[in-house]
Amino acid sequence: MLLLLLGIVFLHVAALVLLFVSTITSVWTTGNIGTSDLWLNCTSVGGLQCNPASAGEWIQAVQAVMILSIIFSCISLILFFCQLFTLQKGGRFLLTGVFQILAGLFVMCGGIIYTVMSPNWVPETESFGYSYILAWVAFPLALISGVIYVILRKRE
Amino acid sequence: VLVLLAFQDTVLVLPQQSQSIVIYTGWERHALVGSDVRLSCSFFSWRWTSDDVTFSWTYRPDGSRDSISIFHYTGGAAYLDNKGPFRDRVEFVGNPGRRDGSIVLKNLDFNDNGTFTCDAKNPPDIVGRPSSVRLLVFETVPIQAGVITGAIIGVVLGLLVLIVVIYYLMRFLVARRVFNLSVRSVSGGLAALCPGRRPEPEPIPGTETCVAKQKK
Repeated sequence: MLLLLLGIVFLHVAALVLLFVSTITSVWTTGNIGTSDLWLNCTSVGGLQCNPASAGEWIQAVQAVMILSIIFSCISLILFFCQLFTLQKGGRFLLTGVFQILAGLFVMCGGIIYTVMSPNWVPETESFGYSYILAWVAFPLALISGVIYVILRKRE
Repeated sequence: VLVLLAFQDTVLVLPQQSQSIVIYTGWERHALVGSDVRLSCSFFSWRWTSDDVTFSWTYRPDGSRDSISIFHYTGGAAYLDNKGPFRDRVEFVGNPGRRDGSIVLKNLDFNDNGTFTCDAKNPPDIVGRPSSVRLLVFETVPIQAGVITGAIIGVVLGLLVLIVVIYYLMRFLVARRVFNLSVRSVSGGLAALCPGRRPEPEPIPGTETCVAKQKK
């Protein structure tokens, strides 16, 4: 029982960490010219020069959605520990699961928007960087974790 | 005596080394095509503003490595660009006596995107780092960075808080209405059985005494 609990918490925290790393590090696209991400456009031609990615409404939407997914995942973790101690026997961690699933959906939205709109602010020769991949990996992790919470019943 | 002289030397040298001129410009300026923009430049110096104070502005276009000088103020006179990209488009609006070396660029075009560097010197305080401001020329004013981000986050979190508040409100109201209904039915039914006691739906003590009397 304790092992299962640890496993679930580990999964949740892993998804959360991936979300943090993906949102904060600046490598959504990489290429010869430089890296760019949700917050900065950096070019390494003639010395590293970074400009804020302020122009563009869609990139701000992606920023917002990624931050929201982090917030919802954190709330879900806190709710999990709350419900662990206050839920009745046989109860379901429904609220925790709902928040985690919502967090996963937000990451999915962010990933989709970024994939579709990225040709607008990044040249086509650049390829997607590891932050982008981490975001897409965090999405199924969060979804699976949320579904496990919904199915899980409190015993003992 | 030699030690004392050496000590005096170090005492004189150190304060001068810690002084340097600090130049302030903006970080970024946004402007519309065809409009004017004011690039401000001021400095901080431990010395009094000397008569030989100088300001100079240089311009480096986006994507280029070369800078070109477009403005110089020295010896009490301002010298504007008369050959370069800003010929007849620069105006000096600063006040050197107040340490202000601002200029105005007129009738902007998309080619004016770039970095403007202000360098000020206040003799004998000449050691300092020039400061740069980036100019961005737009066709229409773009939305500021972070406005949409903040708006989306605020709306979603606000909805969350609203849902939580409504949920607890509904629970409270439903519980209260159920309690009121049960109170009314009990007190209405006991109207005949409780002589001298008018049935009141709200006050709890009245009901309790009625129930207590009935139980007795």
